[in-house]
Amino acid sequence: MVINKPARAGTLESSDIYIMVQPNQGQGIEIQLDSIVLKQFGKQIQNVMRQTLKDLEIEDIKIIANDRGALDYTIRARLETAINRAN
Amino acid sequence: MNRLRRTILFMPGNNPNMIQNAGVLGADSIILDLEDSVSIEEKDAARDLVHNALKHVDFYGCEIVVRINSPSSPFGIKDIQVITKAKPDAFMIPMATEEDMEEICKLVGKIERKEGILENTIKLIPIAETAYSIENIADIISASNRTIAVLLGAEDLTADLEVTRTKEGQEILYARSRIAHICKTYKIDAIDTPFADVDDFEGLRKDTIRGKGLGMTGKAAINPRQIEIINQVFTPTIDEIEYAQNVIKAMEEAKGKGKGVFSYQGKMVDAPIIDRAETILEKAKTAGVI
Repeated sequence: MVINKPARAGTLESSDIYIMVQPNQGQGIEIQLDSIVLKQFGKQIQNVMRQTLKDLEIEDIKIIANDRGALDYTIRARLETAINRAN
Repeated sequence: MNRLRRTILFMPGNNPNMIQNAGVLGADSIILDLEDSVSIEEKDAARDLVHNALKHVDFYGCEIVVRINSPSSPFGIKDIQVITKAKPDAFMIPMATEEDMEEICKLVGKIERKEGILENTIKLIPIAETAYSIENIADIISASNRTIAVLLGAEDLTADLEVTRTKEGQEILYARSRIAHICKTYKIDAIDTPFADVDDFEGLRKDTIRGKGLGMTGKAAINPRQIEIINQVFTPTIDEIEYAQNVIKAMEEAKGKGKGVFSYQGKMVDAPIIDRAETILEKAKTAGVI
């Protein structure tokens, strides 16, 4: 799957995550993450994102995310929605 | 009796905070809503969120129902195609017709087979919310062997009838009675319409008792604060349980003495009274109060 245009999904409400995705042709995966639990869960959030990208076979993407304490299923869902909107 | 459906709680399908806490609120069933509580622009996001929630969130044994968008809208069929893979317990179908039920039943069956899900795992709950659906509810129920309950939707129904919706509910007396009777005929649950004023708990209690008195077996809730009262109304009371236990005990004693008919507290006990006592005890057991 290829990211053709910028798109976003999610909200800044508690337990949610706001995700913006952009094309990043030939530049690989780039993630800018801000989170209220960055110290504790920053690595885990990035792992969920990278696994989701792997499942969707996406190799080039720029992700800007603002996390408000989202659980893994929400991170995955919001990223899937943003990616689908970017096609 | 496999499962109690005393309270069936609506939860917006695009709100992670509400979805992940839904299982601890005390409702027997949770409706993850993709329809009215989700804006047109967020239909895709809610569908993805509910799909992932079904796969990863623990709902602590609650029945999980997904209210899809109307099959005639641009979203309804896509809802089924995506959500079926995550195995909800049931789909709730707004404005359901016989044709909708047949089509959805076939589509769900096709996806179940493709995904290796045991056939007939996912059930259907039509919403009766038009004059047409009230009159044709028996055909709507029997259009699919997956139907496990009917939800009465009084707001849309009264709009269709062009009558005022009141707290007393006189305008839905016929609809409640008809749904209760026909659901009983098909041995499925009749779920009463939600009570819209979330701050009027006395009104909620009266409305729930009114529905129960007409034969409804459960009620939809639109706020977690409504759960406790609805559960109370639909759970057998201590007095009811004691009476039922005594009737069964008296019946066993009479059987031991070779009596076919007997009396308890001065009244003759026959088959309907015994049936009622057994139903009360079964409900009480399922609710975990005995």
